[in-house]
Amino acid sequence: MSAKPTVFLVDDHELFRKGVRAELGDAVDVVGEASEVAAAIEMILERRPDVVLLDVHLPDGGGRAVVQGVAPAAPEVRFLALSVSDAAEDVIGVIRAGARGYVTKTISGPELADAIRRVADGDVVFSRRLAGFVLDAFAASPGPSADPDLDQLTAREQEVLRLIARGYPYKAIAKELVISARTVETHVSSVLHKLQLSNRHDLTRWATERRLI
Amino acid sequence: MSSETRRIPARFTRSRTDRVLAGVCGGVARALGVDPLVMRVAVVALTVAGGTGALLYVLAWLFLPEEGSDRSLAVAAVRDPGRDLAEVLAIGSIALGAILLVRATGVWFSDAFVWPLLLAGVGLAVIWRQAGADERSSLLAVVDLRLRRAALARVAVGVVLVVLGVGAFLAASDAFSAVRQGVLATAGIVGGLALITGPFWLRMGRDLTSERRRRIRSEERAEVAAHLHDSVLQTLALIQRNAEDPRAVVTMARRQERELRGWLFENEQDQPDAQTLAAALARAGEEVEGLHGVTIDVVAVGDLPLDDRVRALVAAAREAMVNAAKWSGDASVSVYAEVREGDVSVFVRDWGAGFDLGAVAADRHGVRESIVDRMARHGGKAVIKTAPGEGTEVELRL
Repeated sequence: MSAKPTVFLVDDHELFRKGVRAELGDAVDVVGEASEVAAAIEMILERRPDVVLLDVHLPDGGGRAVVQGVAPAAPEVRFLALSVSDAAEDVIGVIRAGARGYVTKTISGPELADAIRRVADGDVVFSRRLAGFVLDAFAASPGPSADPDLDQLTAREQEVLRLIARGYPYKAIAKELVISARTVETHVSSVLHKLQLSNRHDLTRWATERRLI
Repeated sequence: MSSETRRIPARFTRSRTDRVLAGVCGGVARALGVDPLVMRVAVVALTVAGGTGALLYVLAWLFLPEEGSDRSLAVAAVRDPGRDLAEVLAIGSIALGAILLVRATGVWFSDAFVWPLLLAGVGLAVIWRQAGADERSSLLAVVDLRLRRAALARVAVGVVLVVLGVGAFLAASDAFSAVRQGVLATAGIVGGLALITGPFWLRMGRDLTSERRRRIRSEERAEVAAHLHDSVLQTLALIQRNAEDPRAVVTMARRQERELRGWLFENEQDQPDAQTLAAALARAGEEVEGLHGVTIDVVAVGDLPLDDRVRALVAAAREAMVNAAKWSGDASVSVYAEVREGDVSVFVRDWGAGFDLGAVAADRHGVRESIVDRMARHGGKAVIKTAPGEGTEVELRL
């Protein structure tokens, strides 16, 4: 995508929305912002941004409710979850609802702009912590499984996630594993897919049991 | 009593805040310095025992000014009789005549009971005429309560019980005069009173409970406020004073964030000593962050309890963090720990300057002794991967 991606902000803290706007500056085109679930869904459906920057914690149902309200009517709108909490329950929850990535609110402005661009291009953005969560969640043996392809990570996917968790950017991962950056992206998308569709019963349980790091 | 020691003059008023009906009991109790509950019980008891309680209450309502006002309803009624005083007098005299007529026919309860109630009724009429909107609404609320079906049934049952009790008492005193009858009568009266006044006691209990709950809530709020004051507000003040030093600001904000998180979520970092690998690494990361002003983010997959070997691993990892913080020039360091089938690995990664491993290996005592040798002594190993311009990664295995 060559043009600047259009972005919509959903966060119940006005101060934070202002801060994000200022930090993103000219890198993206902010087309609107909302502080509540209902208003957010309505405005997003009206303005159809490329990417919605979504706070995980919102009154009245949280980020998940916004994704669920928008996705059926506008599947092309992509969501990047933003949170201070790092609680596995929240992170896994919003990803399973359909967000294409997750970053923490301490992320720097340029990094955030980069993450937005990648989500707008259809890529997936995993933070180190999310990668750690996924490795942890898929670590236990899945037990009897209806769909082993969905319920387990391949060795290559695990390697990619491990490198993300170790703090490697995609380019460095590609170099380390001697594959192309595009292939790294494919692996991550595949992990996201499994995370969203897997029926592993222990995935949710794991997330609820594991509160905060 | 000197004027200094005299208390604030105990002025009898009707309370605006502590009121069930018109604030009489609340106000009088405050003026007398007793519990309002005592006053209320007294009024109810006197009302039941002959009706004087209601009369006194209504008189007080008439003659006590409301808190903050200096004119009672009675005074207002006299000063401002209104144009229809004659009409009121006419109606009043007709009513009085009717009552006297009824009295003469013999359908009469007793003078001691009817006259107080009648006076109370007249008083209520005056109040009704003079009252402001809110007093009327509290009167209406009482009427409304009486009209509600459940309340009505309860009052009816209560009245029947009282009547039965009184009847039994009269019968007993007449001829049969058995102690058993007396006990029955008393039980009936007590039961009836309990039914009639039950809601009052219930409400009193509820008020006390909600009062206690409010107090607990406000104490909690005070505790939160105190904590925020000691921590967050102090840090914010420090940040304002150090606004021109971004590094110091970041360090302070991070430290405060960690502290607040620990306080809010009460996770394992609250324990005086970390008990597991993940907690110990997080603790080490915080310490190095505090000392060197870099961001250190620890991600752990799996965990295990600390023993001597794991402690050595954490110490080596801490040294690697310190090196990265001091020499790499990168503002953030990634620490990743993984426990898999008994194998432990920790990676400490920065994307800073890096260095030529061959050129410095011989004289870098820090790396040799505190990382590589330490790991070897505990049956593990350390691998350092670095090159100028590509950052450094220290991999520790057990």
